[in-house]
Amino acid sequence: MRLRFVLTRLSLLVVTVLVSSLAIYGAMFLTPGDPATLLVGGSRDPDPAVLAQIHREYHLDDPFIQGYLHWLGNCLQGDFGKSLVYRDSVAGLIGTRAADTLALVTYAAVIVLVTGTVIGTVAALRGGRTETLVTTLTAGAMAVPTFVMAVLLIWLFAVQLPWFPVYGSGEGFAGTLKHLTLPAVALALTWIGYVAQVTRTAVRAELRSEHVETARSRGVPEHAVIRRHVLYNASGPVLAVSGVGIAGVIATAAVAEQAFGTGGLGSLMIEAASKQDMAVVQAVSLIFVVVFVVINTTVDLVSAALDPRVAQKGAR
Amino acid sequence: MTSALFARTASKPRAGRPRDRVTLAAGCVVGLFVFLAVCGPLLVPHAPNAVDPLNVHAGPSATHLLGTDDSGRDLLSRLIAGTRASLAAPAVVIAVSTTLGTLLALVAAWFGGWLDRFVSGALDVVFGFPGLIMAVLVAAVFGAGLTAPVVALSIAYLPLITRVVRSAAIKERNLPYVSALQLLGAPTARIWLRHLLPNLGPLVLVQATIGFGYALLDVAAISFLGLGSQPPDPEWGLMVANGAPSILAGAPQQSLYAGLAILLVVVAFNLLGTGLSRRLLGEQA
Repeated sequence: MRLRFVLTRLSLLVVTVLVSSLAIYGAMFLTPGDPATLLVGGSRDPDPAVLAQIHREYHLDDPFIQGYLHWLGNCLQGDFGKSLVYRDSVAGLIGTRAADTLALVTYAAVIVLVTGTVIGTVAALRGGRTETLVTTLTAGAMAVPTFVMAVLLIWLFAVQLPWFPVYGSGEGFAGTLKHLTLPAVALALTWIGYVAQVTRTAVRAELRSEHVETARSRGVPEHAVIRRHVLYNASGPVLAVSGVGIAGVIATAAVAEQAFGTGGLGSLMIEAASKQDMAVVQAVSLIFVVVFVVINTTVDLVSAALDPRVAQKGAR
Repeated sequence: MTSALFARTASKPRAGRPRDRVTLAAGCVVGLFVFLAVCGPLLVPHAPNAVDPLNVHAGPSATHLLGTDDSGRDLLSRLIAGTRASLAAPAVVIAVSTTLGTLLALVAAWFGGWLDRFVSGALDVVFGFPGLIMAVLVAAVFGAGLTAPVVALSIAYLPLITRVVRSAAIKERNLPYVSALQLLGAPTARIWLRHLLPNLGPLVLVQATIGFGYALLDVAAISFLGLGSQPPDPEWGLMVANGAPSILAGAPQQSLYAGLAILLVVVAFNLLGTGLSRRLLGEQA
């Protein structure tokens, strides 16, 4: 892997996080009024003394850049400020909800990776009717928005067939698994379709390639051809699309959490946004952006390590 | 350059008839919904916000073809009246991001060098910021309503349009006819307006059509989360959310019909986009 590619990707990561954090902090100054009212929670009538205290705590009277650096420095140390709506420190609010989101996202990501790659591979290897069926079903799954899938799953598997509980996130491992199954499936379906389609195309392309023909004509057993020549070579695009799938699951986790009321970082952010509790929204969106960007970068680097041609193309 | 464009499309293999029929059907569905968005309020059988407390969760009947919701409002009228709000917001998103994106792509492709690297780099940064998170952040500042998500999504959709148009514009810019025109002393503005833009037009149209479906989905998702359209607007995403509590009471109509409307429009735009891409850009595009 070329060092230059690694450095380009890592500097893009740092720049993206810095620009995003600047946008997240700066968004608060787009308000026509006093940004401090957003930090109190915009819906209430704030007390002038409280506002003055917030101005001091958040360095709102200092030049913009100083205030930003102060905020970013605090965030890096894990101090995200206080939420006056929830009457708690933002870090504390995040801490109690992060585990729920992590469980949901991991569950959904496992479903996406396993189901997507297996379905895609089987479709490409079997061909014919199986392939047509898989292509149609995955295209359908990709077209249904997560929140529509959520109400559909609630109706089918919680009302018509009372197999799963609908709200809350459950107690213990088995309880959590049971409570998170429907949200994880709703969240995963779009990305299963995506991963399955790319996997199918990649495996199909390898099956038709000349080196596979050669291996077969030399009498290499079919299972070895599939494993060593087809699947191994198709792993690059499959890995790349899996990363896109996981990043997508994280970016849309908020929708599934809100639809099923499982509670987590996403629903915390949405609830805070509707109450205009800016400190919470800033902290949670910063976390989401950082995780999203780190995953995208990791996938790029791993793909480049597997296939050096990616690095040559990517370095421009 | 219409002759060049014609030669290019004519040399590509023609799409088969069944595929053309699918594209035509998708186009008809899109046309129908655009018609409803324009004329819907004149066509509704009932006032979309008229409540009827004695007639909640009613099943389909002659007066209420699709039944009523949790406040006894006519579902069919609400779906029709909601077409306008549901389609107008993504239309603005796509109009803004396509116009700005095409302009950025042309500038980057034409001037190249550091300007191109800056535009591409800036778009990579925007691409690293999930659109939904951006919309929630902006909604927190401006309060709930459709303005904030439309602004945020217009920015979030920029990279999707610009990246594709930029690489096509670079190819186009390097074709011999462009340098020939420059040597003939044609002003840059004329090369852009008369030659580059018309030749990139089909690609821009295809990208905008496919993008519209996704933009509609994102706007509906934000309304579903309670940060977009506000009650009692009959916007589809909001209707899915409004109907959600009734599902447990065994009345899933509102959520399911509104979800179906979203699905139908998204799929129609997607099929229309891929069909157009086959017709205008050839099989491999």
